[in-house]
Amino acid sequence: MTVQPVPILSAEHVGVTFSLRGRPLHALDDVSAEITPGRTLAVVGESGSGKSTLARVLMRAQDVRHGRVMFDGTDVTALSERALRPFRRRVQMVFQDPYASLDPRMTVGQIIGEPLRAQRLASGERLRERVGDLLRMVGLPAEAAARRPGQFSGGQRQRVAIARALAPDPDVLIADEAVSALDVSIQAQIVNLLREVQRARHNAMMVISHDLALVYHLADHVMVMYLGRVVESAPCDDIIGNPQHPYTAALLSATPTLDGRGERERIVLREGPPSPLNRPSGCAFHTRCPIAQPRCSAEVPQLLPAAGSRSVACFYPGKLAGRTMADLTSQEEPR
Amino acid sequence: MSTVTLAPAVVDLRDVRVAFSTDRGIAEAVRGVTIALRPGERVALVGESGSGKTMLGLSMLGITPPTARVSGGISVAGTDVLAADRAAMRRLRGGTISMVFQDALSALNPVRTVGSQLVESARRHHNLSRAQARHRAIEILTSVGVAAAAERMRAYPHELSGGLRQRVMIALALINDPQIIVADEPTTALDATIQAQVLDLLRAMSTQTTLLLITHDLAVAAEVCDTVYVMYAGRLVEFGPTRQLLDRPRHPYTRGLIAAAPRFDARRSVLRPIPGAPPRAGDTPIGCAFAPRCPFADAQCRQVDPPPATITEVACWHPQEGASR
Repeated sequence: MTVQPVPILSAEHVGVTFSLRGRPLHALDDVSAEITPGRTLAVVGESGSGKSTLARVLMRAQDVRHGRVMFDGTDVTALSERALRPFRRRVQMVFQDPYASLDPRMTVGQIIGEPLRAQRLASGERLRERVGDLLRMVGLPAEAAARRPGQFSGGQRQRVAIARALAPDPDVLIADEAVSALDVSIQAQIVNLLREVQRARHNAMMVISHDLALVYHLADHVMVMYLGRVVESAPCDDIIGNPQHPYTAALLSATPTLDGRGERERIVLREGPPSPLNRPSGCAFHTRCPIAQPRCSAEVPQLLPAAGSRSVACFYPGKLAGRTMADLTSQEEPR
Repeated sequence: MSTVTLAPAVVDLRDVRVAFSTDRGIAEAVRGVTIALRPGERVALVGESGSGKTMLGLSMLGITPPTARVSGGISVAGTDVLAADRAAMRRLRGGTISMVFQDALSALNPVRTVGSQLVESARRHHNLSRAQARHRAIEILTSVGVAAAAERMRAYPHELSGGLRQRVMIALALINDPQIIVADEPTTALDATIQAQVLDLLRAMSTQTTLLLITHDLAVAAEVCDTVYVMYAGRLVEFGPTRQLLDRPRHPYTRGLIAAAPRFDARRSVLRPIPGAPPRAGDTPIGCAFAPRCPFADAQCRQVDPPPATITEVACWHPQEGASR
């Protein structure tokens, strides 16, 4: 057994509440997450799940109402912008849209070099060398430095965005849907690049995605979120191979892939997720859950440890996965 | 391939080309595509961005951008789309053939209620009273899984969730019982569980309706369609029955797409991307457009474009055998 690795960045029991037209919107409710060097945490969920808010909290771009954010042993929850400066360098982000996130007027060399100049980490010949190294690391030729983003394809721009994020040598890389806007053949290039980068640099990584199949090729651990809460958190293999929360099972069933799952069990949920402004009582998933019982609308299931490194917030874990559609319909009849 | 026993095509595309003038000359987005869709067929047109799949879809409804030059033969339910006058095209669109777009918010009229858009479309194509049309609208909304349909009729598009808006657009496409539906990335902007609902809906559509599903995602195509056409750089490179195409893809591009797709049965195996990127329209190389990214390309591939995938089932000088993974 190796020693349990220590997380470098974590959210502890974080709560975030927005006010929308005078009503409270609980974007995050008691959410904890740990990002560990050399490992990848994936946060999976649909719109309104709070996954991007969690990323903003971890970036210290969003204040929290409850809980705290810890970085490298320090509580950074309430630090001033000035005190956060070293933190800003060590936690970097890659965004979804490589067209919007790169300044079209700057050359690629300037874009990648900017964080280094701004933080006074390199200048002159050393800066040029560093930019060249970064370009090589993301699989672009050194000549790319002189060109502008408009001359590159979407996949190449995302490589530039990754090179810029890596420039200040960060400990943590957060990728928010970083490959979802790319074509399939290019997506795979960037997924592999993120893995290669991590193998070479041993950085901690958090991946935010709506796509469980992609996550399967990137993550060590997966957290599934629904309406601001974590419903299940487990090692990647356990989430994919043996989902315990009915929402995880439904999400898995809803993900089209080309593998030989053949006539897989289809779990088609009714409607869409309710508005976060009208979060259902009890378990927020109960309005769409095929196996919901009266208890589910009355009590909030806590996120409790299960076998292995899994936690699940459900009164009836594992009751949906592995059933056939026939079982499900006969279950639903009496209700 | 024998064609004698097949029903007459409801959509007949012959050597369709869609070209744009650019400051660097003519850029062809679609470079000679021939496809025949039979009544009730569910066909997917799969390709990456820039493959020309959307332009081909738009050309079937005669709604390519005004700057596009469309040539070849486009016959939809017997109407020659390239020769038909505006009145004939209006009858065709929304009545015989209709389209579902990726972005329902910009495809629906933002200042009119869902109900009035449905009612108007129904009355434009059928001699219905307002009350009859309203009844039909509620019926069709209910059939596509919109709960409390009568109430939703009063909603404006922006008041609905993405999934509901997509259902409204599908209802709008279905309300006149069209023979053909062209759905362009209908689920791409949707969350996974909502995508599953919409795919279910497309699967459950009447077997009388011909479906052309345009998508970048082979896995989505496989969920709904019996036949898959693969496009690359404006051309058809391969087509075939879905299962056969997935199990024994012959074109190196199709094989590459399959190897690059994430899947659940190969734990963290490295995905095998296709190197490089597709050419931009107007920058298509001489010879086979895929040659610069193809592991099997030789001198012949770089000089002579293989015959398009209509004469043979695969447009390649070196078609491959066996599974892709």
